[in-house]
Parts: sequence; C-alpha cells; structure tokens
Amino acid sequence: MSAISDLGRRWIASGSLASSAPLVVPMALVVTFAITSVFVLAAGADPFDAFYRFLIAPLTSPVTALEVLVSATPILLTGAAVAIAFRAGYYNIGAEGQLLAGAIAAAGLGTVVGGLPSILALPILVAGGAIAGATWALLPALLRVRSGIDEVVTTLLLNPVALLLVNALLNGPWRDPETGFPESAPIAASAEFPQLIERSRVHLGLILALAIIGVTWFVITRTSVGLKLRAVGSNPRAATFAGLDVNGTLLRAALVSGAIAGIAGVSEVAGIQDRLTGGLSAGAGYTGIVVATLGGLTMPGVAAAGLLLGDLRVGAGSAARALDIPSQVGEIVQATLLLVTIGAVAIIARRRARQGTA
Amino acid sequence: MIAFVLDILTATIRNATPLTLGTIGETYSERSGVLNLGIEGTMYAGAFFGFATAFWTGSLEIGLLAAVVVGLLAGGLMAFLTVTLGANQHVSGLGLTLFLIGVSEFTNRLAFGGGQSLRRIDPYPLVDPLGLGGAFSQYGLTYVTFLLFVPVAWWVLMRTRFGLAIRAVGEDPEAADAAGISVFRTRYAALMVGGALMALGGAFFTLAALGSFTLDIIAGRGWVVIALVIFGRWGIWRAVAGALLFSAVYSLQLRLRVTPGWQDVPFELLLALPYLVVIAALALSGRNVAYPGAYLKPYRRA
Repeated sequence: MSAISDLGRRWIASGSLASSAPLVVPMALVVTFAITSVFVLAAGADPFDAFYRFLIAPLTSPVTALEVLVSATPILLTGAAVAIAFRAGYYNIGAEGQLLAGAIAAAGLGTVVGGLPSILALPILVAGGAIAGATWALLPALLRVRSGIDEVVTTLLLNPVALLLVNALLNGPWRDPETGFPESAPIAASAEFPQLIERSRVHLGLILALAIIGVTWFVITRTSVGLKLRAVGSNPRAATFAGLDVNGTLLRAALVSGAIAGIAGVSEVAGIQDRLTGGLSAGAGYTGIVVATLGGLTMPGVAAAGLLLGDLRVGAGSAARALDIPSQVGEIVQATLLLVTIGAVAIIARRRARQGTA
Repeated sequence: MIAFVLDILTATIRNATPLTLGTIGETYSERSGVLNLGIEGTMYAGAFFGFATAFWTGSLEIGLLAAVVVGLLAGGLMAFLTVTLGANQHVSGLGLTLFLIGVSEFTNRLAFGGGQSLRRIDPYPLVDPLGLGGAFSQYGLTYVTFLLFVPVAWWVLMRTRFGLAIRAVGEDPEAADAAGISVFRTRYAALMVGGALMALGGAFFTLAALGSFTLDIIAGRGWVVIALVIFGRWGIWRAVAGALLFSAVYSLQLRLRVTPGWQDVPFELLLALPYLVVIAALALSGRNVAYPGAYLKPYRRA
C-alpha cells in the first residue's frame, strides 16, 4: 500500500516534467540572458557581446561548429539516459557515477583488446561500458523496487563513490607508469573511436548518441514496451490497477538508463581522452538532467537541448578566453536556463489547469 | 586503545557539526512538504561566501552572518520555484545546487583568481569551556549546534505554533489552510530557516575547521544529509544520531589512514566507506518509511 501511495506522489510531482519545455526554451533564453547579465557585468564584460559569443559565435565557423558536436556528444547520451528513467517515473540522478563506471570499463578493456581488430574491439568496449553503467545503477534500482527506498538519495550518493573509485585507480594501480601522472595507460589504437570528419574531433560517439536517441524515440513512442513505460511514469497507480508490471518496468528503465550513461563514459574515453582521467566527465552526468528537462523528456527534445548546451559549453569556453571572464559563467547560464524553464513550465501548466476547470 | 577511541570520539563530534546543521535544515524543509536538493549548493555557497566575507572584512562574525544571508536567499529562491510557481522539486533543487556552485566558483575565480584558493583566514580556535580537554575541546559552533540549535530546533518543531504549522502544511495542506494557516508563508519560512542552517553548516568548514576555501569542499555531504533525514524519519533526534553515525565512520577512516598496517589501503576507498555505510543504513532501516503526507506536492487552492 505504501509503495503505491509513494508512486502516486511521484506521479503528481513529475507530471509537469514531460512537458512543453522545448517550446518554452527560446523564451526562457531571453529571461536567462537578463538574469545572467548581472554576472557578465560584474566580470567587466558587455552582456550582448558575451551572449553573442555563448550562443551564436560557435556556429559561425566550421571548426567551432564541429566542436559543438564534440561537446554535445556526452550530454546527448546522458540526456537520453536521464530522460528514459524520468519518463518511467524513476529519478535516476546517478548518471554521473554511471558514466564514470562506463569510463573505467572502457579504459580497462581498451588496454587488453589490442590484439583484436576494431570491428571486434569497439563493440567489446561499448558493451563493457554499458554493462558497467547498468551495474552501477543496479543497487539503487533493486533497493527501490524491493524495499521502496528512494532512488534519488542512493543514486546521488553513488556519484562521489564512483569518483573516488576513479581516483583510487589513477593514484594506485592504473597510474601511468611512464609519466607518473594520475592517468591510466593509453588504450589500444584499435579500441579508439574513429574520427568522423577530417581535422576535427568529431568521433563515432556522436553517431552512437544519435542512434541511441533514435532507437529510444522509436521504442518509447511506437512500441508496447514504450507504452508501458509511459503508463507507469505518468500514472503508476492506474498502471498497477491495469495489471502492468510496475516494478519490472522501473527496474528495466533504470538499467537501460545506467547502460546509456555508461556508454557516455566509453565515448569520452575512446573518442576523446584515449585513457581514464580524473576530470573526464566534466559534470556531464548532471548536465544530462538539464538536457532531459529542457527537452521535456522527449527524444527530439533531448537532441535539440543537447546541441543547445553543447553550443553553450563551447561558447562559454571561448567567451571566457576572449573576454577574460571566469569560464564558470557557462555553468551559471546553464543552471539559470534550467530554473527559468521549469518555472515557466510550471506557470503554463497551472494556467492550463485553471482554464480546464473554469 | 583508549587514546584511539577518544581521538575518534573527538573527531566524530567535530565532523558531525556541519552534517547536523544541514540535517536540521533539511528536516524543516521536508516537514513542510518540500524536498530541498539545493542543500549541496547551499552548503557550498555558505562555505564560500562565509569565507570570502570574512576574508574581506576581517571578521569571522560578519562571515557567519553572510553565510546566513546566503542561506536565507537560497531557501527563498527554492520556495519561489516550488511554492509560488509549483515547479518540480527534484529539478528545482538540483538546478539550485548547480546555480549556487556555479556562482560560488565564478565569484571565487573573479575575486581570488586561480582554482584552488591559497588565501587563508585565521579561523575560529578550539574552545574548552570546562577545561576537560579531549572530546570537550571543540569549536564554539559545535557547542552552539549541539547544545543550542538541536534542542531548540526540536522544541520549535514539536512544541510551538510555528512548528505545528510546518508539520501541518507538510502533512495536509488543505486542512492547514482551512484552519487558517498560510501554506505559502509557512513553507517559505521553513525553507528559509532551513537554508540558513545549511549555509551555516557549509561555513563551518571554511570559518572553523579549515580557514580556507577549496573547490569541491562539500564533496557530496549535502546528499548524505538527504539520506540522514530519511534515516531519521523526519525527526530531529534520530537524524542527529544518523549524523553522528556517519561522522563516526568518517572519522574512523580518517584515523585509519595514519594507522600502521592500514596505509596500504587506498585512502579513496576508505573515504568511500561512509557513503556506503549510509546507503547500507538506509537499506536496513528505510523500508516503507512514512514520508510527510504532502511531500513533493505543490499546493494550490482548489
């Protein structure tokens, strides 16, 4: 009984997330601009110039436009991972830890598959990372469906644990024997993701991300599995009464979410770093929550929001260098955009409800 | 052996101080019906702005005051999002945390340059009012937290009209509203008081324990607090017991790092231990706990 009423609460609370957010984002950007101008001004730069550099400038040259795709790759994956879990009403806040688990697996496997051709080595890496990510997601998911223990807390707590595991490996057994830096040995050449476009860093991970988003979109919107997932997410009580396997659906959604986040870790190791490093994630797991929310938990929305934030990440980096302002302005803009968007979504949802009852 | 146990006891009380402050703050927020995942960022901002203000003014008291103001503002912003607008509480809280960490690190960079600030202040010294030494040699803020804040927080929540209002709007806002209690005002007050306590907890690190600000200074302790509140079943005393338990494991691993025979164990794994203990404690005690009735629900008059 208590498990069901717990789910009922979640349904009410999560209702406004699968939403009109993607349509609100352009307007929210204007409000975000007004709010974050304060920080740009405090740093002694012109807000209009800064915002031009954040959003428009990266798209004006082929080199930086391709870099936007590179920057978007991991957050497209974590965004899809978070969206699929949230859609089922499972609050996976642990994409950061799951990404790191996938990265550890990729760095480990990458050094031992040297004898294999790429056609074998790459699937091994991706599968290994997916399994690692799903494994990292398993404990919170089991505690949730077996004992009703809030997954928000357990997935959150496992994020610092994953980072500590990475650091333990890099300061211990995996420390680069040649340089002595806290970085793992480079992975085999056959395990590196191939570069897609000459003279750019765009790599196979982008194709993987778009393919996963496409497949997930198809499954969620066009199959009975997706229908069940949406039913469980939008009204678990009704889903239970309709005889749907709510716990099984939650468990599967949690594991698929963890697997996709794990692949994001593989993508960063095999596509960019060629090894495990401490700062590899750059918060991509948490940014995935921003991407999923801005995308209204739909896959086309995730694709658009991932590209937008990729643009912002590249733009904030170059604006910081050009205007000599702290690069953290990018994080402030991103967080503000998130808060303004969910605020606007809530206002719209309330208006609609009021019109509905009037 | 006795010295070893005493050391750990002393450190346990000291390290439990910020967790206890955060736990009281989060308990107030959640008892009013709002999950505040902004706690990690609120503690972070309290740590940074408390430090920066103390550094600029040369006064630790003004630093503490700045942390309190930052906490009130953070709680007020969370209330605006979740109470006034009725936005999703999970995402509002996470967004608030990302925002506050971003603002703190931005300001740190702008004011002090470089990532790892090497600027130091003279922090609060240890005090020993009874002259007993050992576990009684603690920071003033630790004494104030355990001897003043904890009992007062319990008393206010369980024995005053304001506390009753918090519990009422968190359990059944319709009934509270009908009884003439303002749901909005009560939740705003609970979130702001809660935010102030969280920020004070963050400031404990910079103004008492360390005397400096470093990046990632909170390191997930806000998430630990979220778990402790569930472990404490939204009661003050049980939550404080949870904070002491976490802190005991944390202090034990700190001590083991310098204990002969344990140096070969990677310290990162020891550092991960307290987080795993909290998850285990939740797994053992958190089955089918009764959440506050209006938890996660925005309130609208029908």
